Amino acid sequence: MNSQAVSKPESTDVLKKIFTGSALVSVLSVFLALVVGGLLIAATDKDVASTAGYFFARPTDFLSAFWSAATNSYVALFQGAVFAPGVSGPLGPFGPFMETLTIATPLITSGLGVALAFRAGLFNIGAQGQIIVSGTLAAYLGFAWHLPIVLHLLLVVVAGILGGAAWGGLVGYLKARTGAHEVILTIMFNYVALFALRWLLTTPAFLRPGESNPITPRLDDSALYPLIAGGQYRLHLGFIVAIGATVLVWWLLNRSTLGFEFRAIGANPKAALTAGVNVSRATILVMAIAGGLAGLSGVAQVAGTEKVLTDGVAASYGFDAITVALLGRSTPWGTFFAGLLFGAFRAGAVQMQIQTGTPIDIVLVVQSLIVLFIAAPPLVKAVFGMNRKKKAAASTVAGGAA
Amino acid sequence: MKISKQTRGFGALAKRGSLLGVAGVSAAALVLSACGAAPDQKSGSTAGASNYKACMVGDTAGFDDQSFNQSSYEGLQKAEKDLGISINKAESKSNNDYEPNLRAMTGAGCNLTITVGFLLGDATKAQAAATPDKHFAIIDFAYDKDIPNVKPIIYDTAQAAFLAGYLAAGTTKTGKVGTFGGMKLPTVTIFMDGFADGVKYYNEKKGKNVQLLGWDKDKQDGSFTNSFDKQDVGKQLTKGLIDGGADIILPVAGQVSKGAGAAVKEAKAAGKDIKLIWVDSDGYLTAPDYKDLMLSSVMKKMGEAVETVIKEDKGNTFTSKPYVGTLANGGVDLAPFHSMDSAVPADVKSDLDQIKKDIIDGKIKVDSVSSPKQ
Repeated sequence: MNSQAVSKPESTDVLKKIFTGSALVSVLSVFLALVVGGLLIAATDKDVASTAGYFFARPTDFLSAFWSAATNSYVALFQGAVFAPGVSGPLGPFGPFMETLTIATPLITSGLGVALAFRAGLFNIGAQGQIIVSGTLAAYLGFAWHLPIVLHLLLVVVAGILGGAAWGGLVGYLKARTGAHEVILTIMFNYVALFALRWLLTTPAFLRPGESNPITPRLDDSALYPLIAGGQYRLHLGFIVAIGATVLVWWLLNRSTLGFEFRAIGANPKAALTAGVNVSRATILVMAIAGGLAGLSGVAQVAGTEKVLTDGVAASYGFDAITVALLGRSTPWGTFFAGLLFGAFRAGAVQMQIQTGTPIDIVLVVQSLIVLFIAAPPLVKAVFGMNRKKKAAASTVAGGAA
Repeated sequence: MKISKQTRGFGALAKRGSLLGVAGVSAAALVLSACGAAPDQKSGSTAGASNYKACMVGDTAGFDDQSFNQSSYEGLQKAEKDLGISINKAESKSNNDYEPNLRAMTGAGCNLTITVGFLLGDATKAQAAATPDKHFAIIDFAYDKDIPNVKPIIYDTAQAAFLAGYLAAGTTKTGKVGTFGGMKLPTVTIFMDGFADGVKYYNEKKGKNVQLLGWDKDKQDGSFTNSFDKQDVGKQLTKGLIDGGADIILPVAGQVSKGAGAAVKEAKAAGKDIKLIWVDSDGYLTAPDYKDLMLSSVMKKMGEAVETVIKEDKGNTFTSKPYVGTLANGGVDLAPFHSMDSAVPADVKSDLDQIKKDIIDGKIKVDSVSSPKQ
């Protein structure tokens, strides 16, 4: 009866290679993406364009404009993400880093969900929907119910996890029972979740009294994650929860029987079945746990940073999670640090946009380039590789792109 | 003269081989674009004229949304030019960006920060409380309680849409007009409410029975694309309205309205006489691809309001009293008919002038549940 769940398409092997390649390729991909991103920033800069007009009359202008466009943007990015020296405002020099940790929180937990499912051979594109369902449940309990402190937050967190787990587990169930492909299922479930939320946001139960804008009332203070770095920062308890989730996934994958089963069906479901693993059960469980992890992102959103529910609750975190898991090679700690890096990009982009006018989209370009380079390790290896001829060829390509 | 010499040089090079030839041509292209004269001196900062800084934080739709983000930003740019102020802008990629964007703006020395849309309501309120010496304005959103340093910029769009409804009802040949929205937001349905009332008013006055497809004002329900960027859905809905017999369509859906334009173009090619009524800006000017299809537009002049508020703040006359765009102050209006002028019956034109006067004088009351509460 499990024949469909057991059979695996060939393409999964390619995906597996992409998801579990070497860490070095990850690091080099990030570096390369930043270089190309820098070229793009410079190429679209106004000063660069105007100095290019008289390049031959005074090339130094062009070169310095080119250099300063790229470096100024990245310096602003860094200052917005890690450390802003000499800032005396209410946030101080470490404000940016706190912001990075805040934005990284939902990326880490939903990234873990994608990574865990992938280790079991399932390509989980459903983090988006899982975040939405969990955020909706958590937010509703947060603003509609009024409970004592601690208890309220606990309920909100548990409801969020269960909501995500149910949404993910349902996909696992359908996959295990009917053999429907999880990619199709999760994509469709994303839509179902989004449109259900949009519908809910037209019903009076979810709206602020007397208003018809699709935004819920603010969650009760008792339902919010406490701030852990002082009131001036947005960093909340959800980040500690994300660290806990990382440890838990590490333990699950490397120390527990269940994790072994997950990895077994990921490696070869037929062999796992022969070895006595209940593939259906493992499929359902791994998707439920993955959904629960993504659910933590939903909770972090509504009970941590946004404090209200709108149809933008998941932003693009569910899809960024795939990138995060990819960059983290589907290992728990790899995903954690990849989440931090992307959090830094996002936090820094805000500052970069305001300080230098560089479009915030450039960060999305860098993010996408990272995926591209990770998916094409031969390219990365060629650029940094041993073969001198290949190296020369690749660098002219990069030069031509400028 | 200089150019020809250089190109000749590259031409000679090109004979040596095809690869060199390609390189030569592209280099020549580079040279052509790069041999301008260098400016004498690197000019210093030109923005020294005024220390006043106005800034804008957009919502997640982006400043190229063909809707309120874009119109508001155009107002900011116009203020930069007209008033000689310096400006800054920040787009938001997710709801999480509002807070840091606003904080960064006040940190960057913005005297007035304009936020776009109800999604920024909470963040604007919080930042206004944190920095009481800075001024803020928020587009398309008003608070229950007045905040001393926040000026809401809102529109009674139903007034202008009422005129459009009357115009459509008076111009239709099939006796049916249609509308659809991008999403069921008050700022969208207010157009549809006013349009519905205008049609109803025409029917009452003329004893006709022009039908409106796509929106039921009493039930507050109708056709929506549920997106502001999926043009194909807009096209599909428009086709549906046309198949249902409507010959004048009012799409209230940002970029999706272009899908409606495409559907109307196709219907026109198939021999049907279908007209469009655009929203937000005068579509005859801002959507030139479809200008021949435009009967008129329901204009919501956000750019001008933004500029006015900046001017007030710069002149130290900032108040937290909401700016409400109405027919009376020209904040909303019906656009000229342009090339469709002859398609509008003369009595409808004179009626429209009268109705406009009556609305301004309060003789005709246009209500919508989405109208700004005053």
